[in-house]
Amino acid sequence: MPQGPLIYRQRIWTRATHWIWAICLFFLMLTGLQIFNAFPSLHIGMESGFDYDNAILSIGAVQEGDALRGVTRIGGMAFDTTGILGVSNGEARAFPSWATIPSYTSLATGRVIHFFFAWVLVGTLLVWLVASAVNGHLRDLIPTWADLKTLPRDVVDHARLRIHHTRRYSVLQKLAYAGVLFVALPLMILTGLTMSPSMNATFPWLLDVFGGRQTARTIHFIVMWALVAFFVVHMVMILIAGAFNEMRSIITGWYRVDKGEE
Amino acid sequence: MQRRRFLTAAAGVGLMGLSGCKVLDTAAKPGGSLRGVIMSASGLTYRTQRLLGGDALAPEFTAADIRQGQKPNGTINPSDADYQTLASAGFADWRLEVVGAVEKPLTLRLSDLQAMPARTQITRHDCVEGWSCIAKWTGVQLARVLDLARPKAEARFVVFHCMDTIERSLSGLVKYYESIDLRDAVHPQTILAYGLNDAPLPVANGAPLRVRVERQLGYKMAKYLHRIELVAGVEGLGDGNGSYWADRGYEWYAGI
Repeated sequence: MPQGPLIYRQRIWTRATHWIWAICLFFLMLTGLQIFNAFPSLHIGMESGFDYDNAILSIGAVQEGDALRGVTRIGGMAFDTTGILGVSNGEARAFPSWATIPSYTSLATGRVIHFFFAWVLVGTLLVWLVASAVNGHLRDLIPTWADLKTLPRDVVDHARLRIHHTRRYSVLQKLAYAGVLFVALPLMILTGLTMSPSMNATFPWLLDVFGGRQTARTIHFIVMWALVAFFVVHMVMILIAGAFNEMRSIITGWYRVDKGEE
Repeated sequence: MQRRRFLTAAAGVGLMGLSGCKVLDTAAKPGGSLRGVIMSASGLTYRTQRLLGGDALAPEFTAADIRQGQKPNGTINPSDADYQTLASAGFADWRLEVVGAVEKPLTLRLSDLQAMPARTQITRHDCVEGWSCIAKWTGVQLARVLDLARPKAEARFVVFHCMDTIERSLSGLVKYYESIDLRDAVHPQTILAYGLNDAPLPVANGAPLRVRVERQLGYKMAKYLHRIELVAGVEGLGDGNGSYWADRGYEWYAGI
């Protein structure tokens, strides 16, 4: 596609908050896996069943002769995940050392880093929300009816890797970014708060909304993977759309649009 | 040209990230250079949750929600000789001392505590590890015991001294200790529990007496109590962070 001019596309508020979130989510995810390792199973309901089974996922290790085998159970199925989940480097450990912060086992350190970045994330979201409401960026993200009508075409364009470099976000971009900012991150914050015994006293309705503390913990884990999936697609899209131009726009704000888009 | 510089920079950032993890491993340890900054979030959590929550009550559940026994954790059978002696006599010789910054130090028998008005609550116990368990706890409100002892004006924290040795290290034996602020101490659901699920508190769960602090995590709820001390500050306790686990890197305030 013929190149058009450079336009100033991302304001400083958008760029700065984007990078702070990127750092926060990196630490939150890897400390989250550290915290998960302290009790590597997920349950549905108010409590974790020990005398009965309400687990939907568990990661453990079993001794078989001389060998330690990692076993991951999802629903009624069991998978041998030795080397990655359950057992890695010969050690019984749900998520492996390379996937956790800190790399060694420390629930205490994992927790304090997690809550530090949770605060930074929430603070940054609030700053972003106020700035974006004032500067009009919120409107860039919310799909309109006219946008939604272009959805089939946008899906086809993306499937054919035909990326348009436009002044405005395409409808799929809007849906993805709005999904992260207005659905996934609020869900992470609220399910996180639902795990806090103090917040349960303050806002008991959180338990009703999410169906109990252990269900909230399970949702927290699932939405984390949704954010990971977003990250993977986000990276692939950057490579397809042109890494240099995309990175320039989120670092400096300047973006080269297609000819005719100015 | 610009592209190559960009790719070099990106690779550099990536490498920094990898080695950064190693640096962070050390810097984030208790006593590490970044620990203080990271821990500051805990103070923010404490102040915010106090501000939002006030004296709100933890959710209470119904008998139908009790689907299993209370999972014991930490010490489940103290091997300490003095404890074993007390246990073998059914805790008849056990006494609870209330000392420190109080007008009237107390020495109470289990029967004294049981003669006071009881509170029964079905609550959810949340372990710092991540699990939860619902059980019915019976005991006397700590506030009633404190009313008898009359804390002095300087008292700001309640320290729980326990009978179980949690750690045997080169530096000696460490018995479990915990502390809470006065706000939590006089909270209506903060009880000294002697009953669990309509039976006397079992040894595994802290017999003869443990504390319930329903808006915090399980490690705050010290078991095997024998002395309650009111203090102005917790500097003199253990390594000075206010609790056995806080001295090992966990947050002293465990509302989250």
